[in-house]
This record gives sequence, structure tokens and C-alpha cells, in this order.
Amino acid sequence: MINNMNSILLAGVGGQGTLLASEVLSEVLMLAGFDVKKSEIHGMSQRGGSVTSHVRWGKKVFSPLIPEGTADILFGFELLETYRYLPMLRQNGAVVANNLKIAPGPVATGNAKYPQEIPKKISDQVADSTFVDGMDLAMQAGNYRTVNTVLLGTLSTRMDIETDLWKNAIKKLVPEKSLHENLEAFDLGRQAGAITSS
Amino acid sequence: MDKAILSGNESFARGAYEAGVHVASAYPGTPSTEILENIVNYPEIDASWAPNEKVALEVAIGASFGGARAMATMKHVGLNVAADPLFTLSYTGVRGGLVLVVADDPEMHSSQDEQDSRHYARFAKVPMLEPSDSEEARAFTRLAYDISEQFDTPVLLRSNTRLSHGKSIVSLQEPVTNLPEPSLERNPQKLVMLPANARRRHPLVEKRLTDLSAWSCDQSFNRIEEGEGEIGIITSGIAYQYAREVFPTASILKLGMVYPLAENLIREFASRYETLYVIEELDPFLEDAIKAMGIEVIGKEIFPLCGELTPGRIRQALSGEENGAAYKVHEELPGRPPNMCPGCGHRGLFFTLKQLGAFVTGDIGCYTLAALPPLSAMDTCVCMGAGISNATGLSKVVPPEQKQKIVGVMGDSTFLHTGVNSLMDLVYNQSVATIVILDNRATGMTGRQDNPSTGYTLSGVDTHAIDLESLCRALGVKNIQVVDPNDLNTTRRALEEEMARPAPSVIIARRTCMLERRGSAERRTPLVVEPEKCVSCKACLKIGCPAIEWKETEEGKGKAVVNAMLCTGCEVCARVCKFGAIGVSDDK
Repeated sequence: MINNMNSILLAGVGGQGTLLASEVLSEVLMLAGFDVKKSEIHGMSQRGGSVTSHVRWGKKVFSPLIPEGTADILFGFELLETYRYLPMLRQNGAVVANNLKIAPGPVATGNAKYPQEIPKKISDQVADSTFVDGMDLAMQAGNYRTVNTVLLGTLSTRMDIETDLWKNAIKKLVPEKSLHENLEAFDLGRQAGAITSS
Repeated sequence: MDKAILSGNESFARGAYEAGVHVASAYPGTPSTEILENIVNYPEIDASWAPNEKVALEVAIGASFGGARAMATMKHVGLNVAADPLFTLSYTGVRGGLVLVVADDPEMHSSQDEQDSRHYARFAKVPMLEPSDSEEARAFTRLAYDISEQFDTPVLLRSNTRLSHGKSIVSLQEPVTNLPEPSLERNPQKLVMLPANARRRHPLVEKRLTDLSAWSCDQSFNRIEEGEGEIGIITSGIAYQYAREVFPTASILKLGMVYPLAENLIREFASRYETLYVIEELDPFLEDAIKAMGIEVIGKEIFPLCGELTPGRIRQALSGEENGAAYKVHEELPGRPPNMCPGCGHRGLFFTLKQLGAFVTGDIGCYTLAALPPLSAMDTCVCMGAGISNATGLSKVVPPEQKQKIVGVMGDSTFLHTGVNSLMDLVYNQSVATIVILDNRATGMTGRQDNPSTGYTLSGVDTHAIDLESLCRALGVKNIQVVDPNDLNTTRRALEEEMARPAPSVIIARRTCMLERRGSAERRTPLVVEPEKCVSCKACLKIGCPAIEWKETEEGKGKAVVNAMLCTGCEVCARVCKFGAIGVSDDK
């Protein structure tokens, strides 16, 4: 009964605005005609804690939660959180991640060390790994707040969905006044993804 | 019909709209909060925040008695607060349909316990429906109003974190029309629960359960999905989704109504299978009832009692094997616990309490995060309102020299929820304790909702703002001080004075939540650390501000650095630094 079930796990830090990214992603998948489910946690963990969002799609989706080791794409908004959820990725899956470090409490207070060379540690294991300088590209698009749209642009290069659907979803969910810079950010993210996959 | 991708909570709101709900009331509580926040977008519905869940349900009951369809929503622990009216409502029944949505939090993502609300259905003798996705959340909400009116009963709708905060595709329907107009209508034998009337109602409650059980056997919300093989599975709610993923081809009896149970349907299904599994989250609620019917099933002897189910946990229970991960992390990673926001007023208060060695009886809110290091400044946390009454009880028993260390803390919204009663008791019974009300002008943890002291309603309309000082004075508190918790010296002085005083006292620590909806929180120029003045003492790290980071230096000792992207310029760190190393940059 389960045919062509696909899953993306989003991982980031509470307050990074991963919610809008998972909204756009789910909207795109619905527009593309799939059954879609998404699951995430609000509340206490949102206050700077580690957060994830599960997005699954296919002909028919049952569980909203992705079983360990079965995510097709690990979509990270911060390096440590991307690395933390690496065991969720399936064999030969893809990693698309923001090349950004946010020190967690224990690191900020000097009680723990931020792991070194996370992109290398991930790339050594996962062949299809892309790390995007999301913040730089967002500034280039005109607003650092568009960083998650940059990342969606890069993600889109790893998914077989028409570009127009992505742009329609962004138009629907992003406020009118910041639409232009978000569309710009999406294109910059796509270019970054195209470079690394070639 | 239009399709939309909606969260469970958006779908409950949509279902309420489609069912012609007239009045909805709630107290915010994760994961239920967004139901009312979405209902308020339908102008047809009178939606409001109540000070607590009991009031919310009683408001809904009043609307129902007036002939209108009504809804109350709450989290699982909120139903404990609203249990009193629920049990009597079971006897009175309804006039307009009444539905109570209760959202459980298995795994305790944002809760202090993981109680299974299904027990309330049996305890209060009312039907409970359990949707398994957003479409069912919408459809079952509509259906629940029909059941409520047909069987003269309140109906419980059980959600959970994965349903409420998950999204899936919903088919939007047109709202019902031609509902009767609300009006006053006397019916004391039904609505006045004097013993004589209640005795007449109780047999009707029992008959209602028998009728519902028989009726529900033929209803489409209880359905058998025919499959292959010798295994039969009985399940409901979100657990159905996990069960179906693990058993793609097995026969499943999916129960939409988890109380009362469709006994005959269950017997008929069970008779066809050698092996029956009951797959349900938390307690063996279905399992115990089915076993009591004399049917052998496999349930909690293999499936976990604690935490939420996942497809992986079900597979592991069945096969005893761990799930396979293709990739591994070969080192221990630093955790990322949640933290108070930069600029949060709670930080200065708990830093000071810690310095004074206070024994802090805490409560439910963002400030409960003060229990975590480095602040580590909370010693108890039980439930809403307990921060004050736990302090009262403690002060009755500990030796006099320890009494002065007791400080009860509570947020503004929690104080108005049930803390007022606790403070009343403290004063009335002449106990001695220092109480701090953390007034951040919002119900913070659930998403900065308004409450009766903020001056705004759920729909954003200006309203009377309760004056907390006057309220405390009216309760008989004579010693009241108001401080800005970011002003560490004044806060410390106030705490020292009141902790030494052999009388009840209240300190209102007032600072607007950094996330306040109308953007009224104070934000100033980010601070900088002057490296030449920083002596690497790490005192600034003790406040646990996310904007302060420790950077290793070549000399090896390391120095503090302020992250300008996060800093709000609140200056708490600058006040903690004895060397004047943190301040506003001269360049700005």
C-alpha cells in the first residue's frame, strides 16, 4: 500500500524560522498532487532548543513521523543539528545544509566544544552533501531573513518538482512586501545547489 | 470542494466553523493553543481566552444551555482543572451541542506529565472520539456536535501533539445552516443538579452509554479495513497511522469512538483472527476493556506504556530488533537545551534568587527553564498555581531560619489562572512566604497570548487590564513591591527586605516579554565586551544568556564575546561584570 513514500527531515534551532520553510515545502508537495503530512513540535523546545520537522509525501501517507534511517533528504538549518540527525538519513540519501554554526548553551558557557569540521564528517559518509552559505546569499538577496528561502532553493535542486510550483508556494506564504527578495533568494539557492551537483 | 493542508488544530477550528459553533473558550496550553487562535479568525464564532480551563468549560456550558453550539479546548492537564464541571455536565447533558477538545502530550514534549485523557471519558461517562489526521479532526468535530445533540451529552474529542501540530490534507466543506436560535429556556429538572434531580439523571447517563455503544457499531467512524493474513489489529487515533505503516496489508479495526466501545463490532472482528494486537499510545485503555469482554489480545506486554508510539517503536516491540541507521555520529554531541530568550526579564530575577540562596517553589511557564543550568534556581514545579501554595505548605513545617529562604514564583497568567486562590490562602491562614509574580505582560510559553492583565482580548480588542498590585492588596497582602528584574540591585534589595519580613509579601517583577505580540518589548543597542578589560572570570556566563559566548583565546584562558545578532542590550550581563568589561561600543 505504501508506494514511493518520500521523507525529508528538517533540523534546526528553535527561533530560526524553520516553520515557514516546512510550510512552503508542504504546500509545494500538495500543489504537485501528492498526499502530504508534516509533523513538528511547538512549545518549550522552541526557546532556542533543538527542533525538527518531519515532512512526508507520496500517493498515500500514513505515519507523519519518519522512521530512523529512512529520510531521503536531511535538510539542516544549522551544522550541529544537521549532524545530530544524520542517523535519520537513509543509505545514499542526500544532505542539504546551511553552513552556519549556532553555539548551544553548553558550548557558549565553555562546558562543551562545538564539534570540528562537521561538513567534512558528513561528506565523508554521504556522497550527496551540499553545504550552502545561506546567510551570505540571503544578504545578497537583500535581507538576511530570506536565508531559509535560499535553503529551499538549494533543496529544490534535489527534488523532482517544477520550479513554478515552488515559486507559487512562496508567493502564497510569504508577505507581499518581502516577496521580491524571497524569490531572488530562492534563485540564488538554486544556483548554489546546481553548482554542487554538477 | 476546496482542499487545504491544515494542522490538526486548524482543522478542529475549521470543524467548529462548519458545525456552526457559536461560542468557543479556552486557556492556552501546548499542544491545544492554536485551536482558539484559529477559531478567532472566523467572525461567526465568539472566541475568548478564559483565565483557566474550568472557566472555559463553564462558559461553553452556559452557551449550550442557551441553545447554541459551544466548544472548550485545553491540554490534558487542563482537563484536570475543568474536571469538576465536566462530571456534572455529563448529568445535565446539553441543549446546544457541546464539544470539549483535549490534547494529550505523549512523550511530554511540553508538559509535566503524560496522562491519558481517555480515562476521563469513562470516568465522566461521556463519549470520546479520536481522530487520526487533520481531515478526521475536521470531520469528527462536525460529527461530535450531531452526537452531542442526538444523545444529549457533551462529547470529548481527543487530540495529541502529533495530530495538533501535524499537517495533512483536508477537504473543506460548507458550514451547516438552519441551527435553532439561542434563547433562555427554563428546564430546572435537567439543568439544576440538586440531589433529587441528579438521581433522576444518573440512569439516563447509564442508558446513554448503552445506546451509544450499540449505535456506534454501524457508524462509519468505526471501520474495518479488510486485509490479508491471520493477524487482526485494533487501534485508534494517531496510533492507527503508525500501525498501518508497519502492517501495510493487515486487517485493521479502526475505532473512531474510543468510549463507549462498539462491543458487538469488536466481538465480530475478533472472532475472525487467531492473533489480535491492540496498538494504542500510553495506557492499555482499549486493551483492558477488550480483555474484560473475554477476548485475548496482545498489547502492553510488548508495546511501550511510556512515551509516544512511532513506527520504529512498534517494529521494535514486534521483532525485538533496533531500527537500523545507515549513518552514525561517531562522537558525543553537545546537547541543545531550550533557554530563555536574550533580554528576558526572568533571567535577572532567577540570577538574584540563586545568589540569595532562595528555595524556589516554581510553577508552569517559560520561567520553569530557570531550573536548568547555569541558573539552576528552581526547586519545585508541580502544576499551575502550586508555586504559591507549595510555598505556603513548606513554610508551615520547616524550621524558622529556613522559612526565610522560601520564595514562591509564578507568571502573571498563571497567577490569574489559579494562583489567586493560593495567595488568598496564604494571607487568610496567616502563613509567611515571599511571592514573586513574574509579570511579563503575556502568556509566554504557549506563544505570548493575552490574558486578563494584558489589556487585550483574544481578538485583539482593548479591554480592562487587571491591576495586579490592587488585586494582591485586595487579597490582604500589605507588603507589595514592584521591580524591574533587569535592575539587579533593586531586585536584590527588594528580595532581601521581603524574605526577612515575618509576613506575607509580593514582589511584582515586571518586564515585557521579548516576544510580546505588539512589539512593545524594549530593544537597545547590542553590547560589546572590551577584551582588555575582560579578566576571563566567567561571571557573565552564570546568567545563561544565549547572546554571550565563550571564545578560546591564544593565551588560553578565553574571553566572553557578545553575539550582536542576538543581544537586546538589556545590560544584565554588564551589571554582573565587576570589571566593567561589557558596555555599549563607543563606535555606535
